[in-house]
Amino acid sequence: MSADAAQTENRLDALATLATGWSAEARANALARLREMGLPTKRDEYWKYTDPTTLASEAVTEAALYTEQDTPLFDDIDRLKIVFVDGVFDAAASDDLSLEHVEIMRLSEAAAADIHWAKPLYGVLEANGQTPVARPLAALNTAMAEDGILIRVTGKASKPVSLIYKHLATTSEAILHHVVKLDEGAELTLTESGPAAARFNKVLEVDVADGAAFHHVRGQGRDHERRAVTHTFARLGKESVFKSFTMTANGVLTRNECVIELNGDDAHATVAGAAVGDGVFHHDDTVFITHDALNCESRQVFKKVLRNGAVGVFQGKILVKEGAQKTDGYQISQSLLLDEDSQFLAKPELEIYADDVACSHGSTSGAIDEEALFYLQSRGVPKDQAQDLLVLAFLGEALDEVEDETLSDSLRAQLENWLSKRSHG
Amino acid sequence: MLDIKNLAVSLEEEEKQILKGVDLKIGAGEVHAIMGPNGSGKSTLSYVLSGKDGYEVTGGSAELEGEDILEMEPEERAAAGLFLAFQYPVEIPGVGNMTFLRTAVNAQRKARGEDELSAGDFLKVVRAKAKDLKIDADMLKRPVNVGFSGGEKKRNEILQMAMLEPKMCILDETDSGLDVDAMKLVSHGVNALRDEGRSFLVITHYQRLLDHIKPDVVHIMADGKIIKTGGPELALEVENNGYADLLAEVA
Repeated sequence: MSADAAQTENRLDALATLATGWSAEARANALARLREMGLPTKRDEYWKYTDPTTLASEAVTEAALYTEQDTPLFDDIDRLKIVFVDGVFDAAASDDLSLEHVEIMRLSEAAAADIHWAKPLYGVLEANGQTPVARPLAALNTAMAEDGILIRVTGKASKPVSLIYKHLATTSEAILHHVVKLDEGAELTLTESGPAAARFNKVLEVDVADGAAFHHVRGQGRDHERRAVTHTFARLGKESVFKSFTMTANGVLTRNECVIELNGDDAHATVAGAAVGDGVFHHDDTVFITHDALNCESRQVFKKVLRNGAVGVFQGKILVKEGAQKTDGYQISQSLLLDEDSQFLAKPELEIYADDVACSHGSTSGAIDEEALFYLQSRGVPKDQAQDLLVLAFLGEALDEVEDETLSDSLRAQLENWLSKRSHG
Repeated sequence: MLDIKNLAVSLEEEEKQILKGVDLKIGAGEVHAIMGPNGSGKSTLSYVLSGKDGYEVTGGSAELEGEDILEMEPEERAAAGLFLAFQYPVEIPGVGNMTFLRTAVNAQRKARGEDELSAGDFLKVVRAKAKDLKIDADMLKRPVNVGFSGGEKKRNEILQMAMLEPKMCILDETDSGLDVDAMKLVSHGVNALRDEGRSFLVITHYQRLLDHIKPDVVHIMADGKIIKTGGPELALEVENNGYADLLAEVA
């Protein structure tokens, strides 16, 4: 047995004892899936550009705490705050978990009950998302998540629910599993921010019923040493809307997977991201969108700015199933390489089995526009500031995908702030 | 104001000498014009003065109000009062024209140790100046020069000049791509900025621009040197006879 396989066996044996309550079956099933798949290795095709070793290993790589006092993201926004510290719910730091039209419960509390509305969803959307491509770290999450939040939305939520992840221990691991269920016509904005732990494994399952709308806005902060693997699984009903945006600045290793199924006619899905990486930075956006209904639209818009050896990865796929006519699929991934040491690897894919669809994809890598830089400088704008302006302009196209102006303004301001700090060391 | 002595410049990439000893002295409040055939080095002179990459100064000097500008970064030259109106203004997608103008104005104020303009004050000034140049609110909102017509781009250059209030303005073929009406509008904008403390260097192929922006001195440039200097009548001579006679004279 190889060292990798032995380590996997050890982890799985440790997991087998965890499950209790209604989630026991889901956890046991996830464990079985995981045994079948095995943990990912860098030899896997799906992990060709990103080495999963430190995400899958038993031991967590130490991550120094990020001590710089940045203004927290979304600080000025009225929201319901739910705080996790190194993956553990912090009741004292969190708001009261009550909001009109919204039921909120901790996974660790809900899981002990015999029955729960989350039962048909927990690990179910994740399991659906395991074909045609295996996502073992998501199955691992379902099997062993210690905590998470279960949110059921029955109407229009009056303010965003905000998950805030704090990191206080240098070798902590946070494994969180959230489930969001939007009933017919319901609306919710969910934000996430903070490093969470030295290593963060998170799954978010979202069930968007007919006519419902889910907005997801996430910021992965400037803390340099954190590692994260996150999976978002979403199922969309008729005329529903799902929009997810992630802003990432630095971080040793991040893999964000997003798996979306458009199951009802006339649904819309957008997945977008803006990432800035400086130095030891590896950021991977892996997206899989399946069109399985009529007249649905999907958009993928990803922008990355890389310097000092930073690496960006994009793997994006649109699968249009037979009969998913009038599909409109759009995908763009672009990188701005600020020097020759940085690298962008892109793998755009289209697989189409319907004959009346419009799908487009594009991927580009480029340097900063020297003519524009000189033009700005010639007007008196210092070079660093001019470069930041051009970087913001480049990322703007992804930021524009955030519908809520208050949130997008907050993101833009934070990005500007981060960029200006970076320019001055 | 501007004092250029024996300026020699070659391209960085290849061993090609473009300017071969340019002497030019422009006093405060004066308007000078440089005319010359294609490839004579007129645009190179404007780029070298404003600090564009790709050129190597191999000799001579250029001073703005007694300060050596050739060692300065482009933004330092701008803050010192130099302005180049580009022959081909650059399009910058994603950066709003208004943001661009305010960033530039405040960056220069900051560099000179002045307070930044408040958003309200800035807006008031820019609206008034834009109106004179028939630049509407939409042009101010759109990304810098993106989708602008040739005339709009040149008017936008003059608006920047009006906002930045430089001491030494270089206009690089500002008349290229302009119809008669647009040229009048742009010239009017430039003339409104004429002031005893502000000097202009107008680079052009054609005399017609000089009907609108009347120069005090006209220089003819050929093969990297200024070969003749005279009054406005020199421009008329070029218009009537071309450069051939002048070139022959020198040879």
